[in-house]
Amino acid sequence: MLQSSTIDVEKIRQDFPILHRRIKGGHKLIYLDNAATTQKPRTVIDSISNYYMNYNSNIHRAVHQLAEEATFAYEEVRQKVAKLVNARSADEIVFTRNATESINLIARCWARQHLTKSDEVLITEIEHHSNIVPWQLVTGEVGASLDYLGVGDEGRIDIEEFAQKIHDPNLKLVSVSQMSNVLGTILPVKEMTKLAHEVNVPIMIDAAQSVPHMKVDVQDLDCDFMAFSAHKMLGPTGVGILYAKREFLEKMPPFIGGGDMIKEVHKQNTSFNDLPYKFEAGTPNIADVIGFGAAIDYLNDLGFENIREHEMQITEYALERMNEIQGITIYGPPIVNERGAVISFNLGDIHPHDLATILNDFGIAMRSGHHCAQVLMERLDVSATSRVSFYVYNSKDEVNILIDALQSARRLFGL
Amino acid sequence: MSEDIYREIILDHYRNPRNKGRISDADVSFHDSNPLCGDEIDIHLKVEDNIVKDIKFEGRGCAISQASASMLTEMVMNKPLTSVKELGKDDILENIGLVNLGPARIKCALLSLKVLKMSMVEYYASKDPESAQEIREGSRLY
Ligand SMILES: Cc1ncc(COP(=O)(O)O)c(C=O)c1O
Repeated sequence: MLQSSTIDVEKIRQDFPILHRRIKGGHKLIYLDNAATTQKPRTVIDSISNYYMNYNSNIHRAVHQLAEEATFAYEEVRQKVAKLVNARSADEIVFTRNATESINLIARCWARQHLTKSDEVLITEIEHHSNIVPWQLVTGEVGASLDYLGVGDEGRIDIEEFAQKIHDPNLKLVSVSQMSNVLGTILPVKEMTKLAHEVNVPIMIDAAQSVPHMKVDVQDLDCDFMAFSAHKMLGPTGVGILYAKREFLEKMPPFIGGGDMIKEVHKQNTSFNDLPYKFEAGTPNIADVIGFGAAIDYLNDLGFENIREHEMQITEYALERMNEIQGITIYGPPIVNERGAVISFNLGDIHPHDLATILNDFGIAMRSGHHCAQVLMERLDVSATSRVSFYVYNSKDEVNILIDALQSARRLFGL
Repeated sequence: MSEDIYREIILDHYRNPRNKGRISDADVSFHDSNPLCGDEIDIHLKVEDNIVKDIKFEGRGCAISQASASMLTEMVMNKPLTSVKELGKDDILENIGLVNLGPARIKCALLSLKVLKMSMVEYYASKDPESAQEIREGSRLY
């Protein structure tokens, strides 16, 4: 058995019920679509059903015991998230539905307030659609422009070019992802933040692919806004996180209006609740936030350094084995230090969707398509790629099966 | 299983598509894509006396979408529009020999028929709005 040194994959796999199911044809499930969403350990699933079975209640509003327990559990997770990313205070953590909603919240409540005609927002060509479209909408509304920092052939950005672009006097906001969901490229967001702050421009970091896989510290980075999703880090769907520095949150108007976000409501006006409740109108996703707490505990027990180490080992091994395959094109930086556990590739003239269909016969769940990054696809001059992405429960044995499956696809297509 | 899907004939049409290209004096052209796969198909039609005088397609995408488009052009060449109008989902799946495609891939196989139907909608739009409406209804294949 091939084993990485830092993490006991076989032991971890026992914690994930879904990894024991079979795929058509009796194959073991080989789940390599973790950049889309990850599987959930039993502790996460159990914490959600425990809430519904034992203390289901609305939060923040009642004084009975169930409400007290539910409110405590929900708010405890906010503390855990604050600690996870090292926010100064849990008041700087807002729960949303997903990373996309977190980005939209900043587009609406900050950018929409501060941008005027002739202003500019700067993003990169590597972004996921959810870090492109909200900026298109808001710049379109006010007549501002959206500018892109290019990416090189290996998916890197040029920090010199960024340092130049940042001096545009019209620039009002930068938003970049810390890790590409297609190429795995890790962007130098700390340096970028420093450069942006030198010209007093705030920066948002799309951390949907980074927070699940490595230690991220918002105070160390000094970013102004950050977005990520619980479901990409062992947590349930329906929970997103927005981190924002208090001084921004305080000045921002509410996102949507309703219950929970108010202090006092009169016929014609309302005073808003304290942070972060001002941004959480209506009954939130209590059960899934609680489930996310169990996911954070699970990841902390493994340790983010160990997770990163394991992912680097498996990615290095996969890159090495995949490079042996004739006719393969692998995208992104060739060095594992510069990338996460995501590998995009194409095999000869086999379309990624055909490849995904063939791999499914081996029990392999792999993603194919444009990965919500059509701007990047255009830049790479491909219409689609195949993508495998690893997480804590993936093993080198699974990589070996992937390689066999790819070889079998080559034979089927006569390559 | 995939051996059944990627048979010789599918791969042959994928690698050597029939009737691929443009028609310079086409009567109508229509383009559509499949957002899931990013498959793209353009269909160009030349009609004479209510008969498909010429049909060509352009496109890129997976083997199933492209082979299916290639086979569709052969299927309707020189056929009267009235019979093309009647073509349904099952005709296509039988024609390409893939009756057991899963829900995700079935869209790949049917994209070209959808585009052909929409080009006929355009063709009939001014001449015969009633037929145009009827074909539009029939173009909702998935
Ligand atoms: C880099 C990146 N940003 C944003 C998102 C959006 O995440 P969600 O769909 O959970 O809002 C994703 C998810 O695919 C992503 O990979």
